[in-house]
Amino acid sequence: MDWLESAAFTILVPAGSIHEPPSRCGLSGFTCEMVLRGAGERDSRQFINDLDCLGVERNEAVGEAHTRFGSAMLADNLPETLGIFRDVLRHPRLPTEQLEAGRQVMIQELRAVEDEPAQKVMLHLRERHYPDPWGRPSQGNFQAIEAVSLDDIRAYFQSAYQPQGTILGVAGQVDWEPLKETVGELLGDWAPRPCPDIVETPRASAYTHLDYDSNQTHIGIAYRSVPYRSDDYFLAWGAVGVLSGGMSARLFTEVRERRGLCYSVYATHHTLRDRGSVFCYAGTSAERAQETLDVTLGELRRLAAGVEEQELDRLKARIKSALIMQQESSSSRSAAIARDWFHLGRVRSLDEINQLIDELTAERINAYLRQNPPGEFTVVTLGPQELEVPLGVS
Amino acid sequence: MEFLKHVLPNGLEIVAERNPKAYSTALGFFVRAGARDETDELAGVSHFLEHMMFKGTPTRTADDVNREFDEMGAAYNAFTSEEHTVYYAAVLPEYQVHASELLADILRPSLRLEDFEMEKQVILEEIRMYEDQPPFGADEKCRALYFGEHPLARSVLGTVESISALPVDAMRDYFDRRYSPQNLVLAAAGCVDFDRLVATAQSMCGHWSPNAAPRKSVPAIPAKGFHVEPKALATQQYVIGFSPGPGCLDDDRFAAKLLATVIGDDTGSRVYWDLIDTGMAEQASLGHYEYDDAGVFMTYLSCAPEFAAENLQHLHDLLANVGQDPVSEEELAQAKNKVSSRVVLGSERPQGRLFVVGGDWVQRGEYRSVRADLDAVSAVTVEQVAAVAAKYPLTDATVMTIGSLAEVSRPS
Repeated sequence: MDWLESAAFTILVPAGSIHEPPSRCGLSGFTCEMVLRGAGERDSRQFINDLDCLGVERNEAVGEAHTRFGSAMLADNLPETLGIFRDVLRHPRLPTEQLEAGRQVMIQELRAVEDEPAQKVMLHLRERHYPDPWGRPSQGNFQAIEAVSLDDIRAYFQSAYQPQGTILGVAGQVDWEPLKETVGELLGDWAPRPCPDIVETPRASAYTHLDYDSNQTHIGIAYRSVPYRSDDYFLAWGAVGVLSGGMSARLFTEVRERRGLCYSVYATHHTLRDRGSVFCYAGTSAERAQETLDVTLGELRRLAAGVEEQELDRLKARIKSALIMQQESSSSRSAAIARDWFHLGRVRSLDEINQLIDELTAERINAYLRQNPPGEFTVVTLGPQELEVPLGVS
Repeated sequence: MEFLKHVLPNGLEIVAERNPKAYSTALGFFVRAGARDETDELAGVSHFLEHMMFKGTPTRTADDVNREFDEMGAAYNAFTSEEHTVYYAAVLPEYQVHASELLADILRPSLRLEDFEMEKQVILEEIRMYEDQPPFGADEKCRALYFGEHPLARSVLGTVESISALPVDAMRDYFDRRYSPQNLVLAAAGCVDFDRLVATAQSMCGHWSPNAAPRKSVPAIPAKGFHVEPKALATQQYVIGFSPGPGCLDDDRFAAKLLATVIGDDTGSRVYWDLIDTGMAEQASLGHYEYDDAGVFMTYLSCAPEFAAENLQHLHDLLANVGQDPVSEEELAQAKNKVSSRVVLGSERPQGRLFVVGGDWVQRGEYRSVRADLDAVSAVTVEQVAAVAAKYPLTDATVMTIGSLAEVSRPS
């Protein structure tokens, strides 16, 4: 991407919430917080100061499978920034005297979620929809965070921060050979360890209501779909796009534009490595929540009857524009590269995605929908009043 | 990069920063209409009107508008602030003509009664949504107390009462006054065909009749105070503070931004090390915001209620100490690197440049290149930062805290 002045990288480390001991939910986030508190020659202040001086815009996030470290910077500063992150991955100080400060940061984050009902309802939805450990909230819970010791963090770091399963995606104004050399020097002698197995526990519940004294009722609905690596992925993705993608999509049109029920309503495809789901959200005044739920569920069921060619054409135009515009941002491209590598073991070129999109037809999507009609919904509501969820949804 | 400008006979200005190498074209109408142009009876009308713009024109239904934007694969939306309403779309260059025609067409909406009543429900939902989430309306309440009689005191959203009572004719009158061509800037960035943009504007907007729609500029007389708002629903305690700073025409604004970065950026600042790194607060920051005839520093803090009094005092001391413990050369250099890098990264997408180019023009009638902004940042000295800190004491503030606490002691 030599038209850019920037470079960006995304590092996925296999330290996601699925790898945490059940009594230590939130350990990945806590560990991430601690590895950023000084590494190698740098104490925590020097670490932040050096990144600031290099003009690095960074963000970290914990997902079910990974802890993600993302950074964007002027291209010249890439090698030096990678060097700093080598220390984060391999030589963090994990300072004893900062453990309690780190714990407070985690607790503050948990408390903040309590004040974000739209986020909270979706966290509960995921937890109830996926079998454990796939639906765990990355923030953990108060009890587990209180219990985490520095030994827990050290042990978790030892097992999870390792090259096997770690992915580095780089994009922007980058030369491949020198980059390969730099990364080889930094990470080439990093010793791999075995990956732990995941044990699943089913956690099905059809409808859960959480009482909350708010103006609005927040509604979350989930149903099963396919993962990114499935051959049917683009069919499933296209169907969700017809529901929610652009302002002419069905949910926005039917729930918001025609009935004025909501300000915010959406559906989104979520993928794990081996399974996928569709998550929908709508937030509305308590007295209109029942109608909103009914209309939204009605739209999800109607999807089984198929999508129209024009709806699909709009979706194709949107994704094609988005793909071209992705080339204007090194950050989004580096994230896409790392994600592709995790799910597919290779990176799809923009041409290849374009071709996959071109091959989508309403007929193929409708055949998929006949085989996989939205159903067996998991529903969570958060608000002053429980709703009637029609029988047979689960 | 090339800057281009044209003015239609009716006063509508067209500005563009052309980058032929860009993959996309970003287009937007910047309107001098915002909360500050409203009266009590009209509270929230600018924002409500922004929603109504997507509800159709004499030749397009609301469905047509959304469908056509989506058919082009446009990334499009709109937003309303105290001083401006902005409608924008980023498209592939081949759609420039269609996208600019569509944007221009929706700027002359039908404002049908039936759509108005339906969209009113959506606006009311939006207000209720914000009432349920941090900072639970404290930002607007604190702004109102700080600005007092000044127009910048007004709330963008309005209230459930003002929106419920608003008649459609009042919105139509407001539209006729504020959306005069003299109050409109059509801006573009990225891969722009400027001649065609001017031709589109001429054919779509050339016949819009101008009428004088000036904005009252008045000096702000900021208030000081400390207010506690109880909110039983809240888990965390939130703090908002406003204090005076340089406005949009003041050259001190670059020093003000760097001062805010050193003291209260969300990472690596003095506030960060004392309150965030220690885990005492969930968020704590200081930012600088500029308006036509005023500027503010805004502080934000969220934390567990039991730490609120201590954090407030700590924050107060940090802000009060900027005089005795002035910003050092090292701190300034670090802030400059950070700000400059953000400017460059934020400029890579045409959409990022659109907001800067259009915003600068609608606010100051000025074009500034990325280079000019970087140079201005780089030229700031520690003496200038100290002078800004001395001229605008950060503790001369109106502060409001909202959360479960009924009482919080005022920091001193």
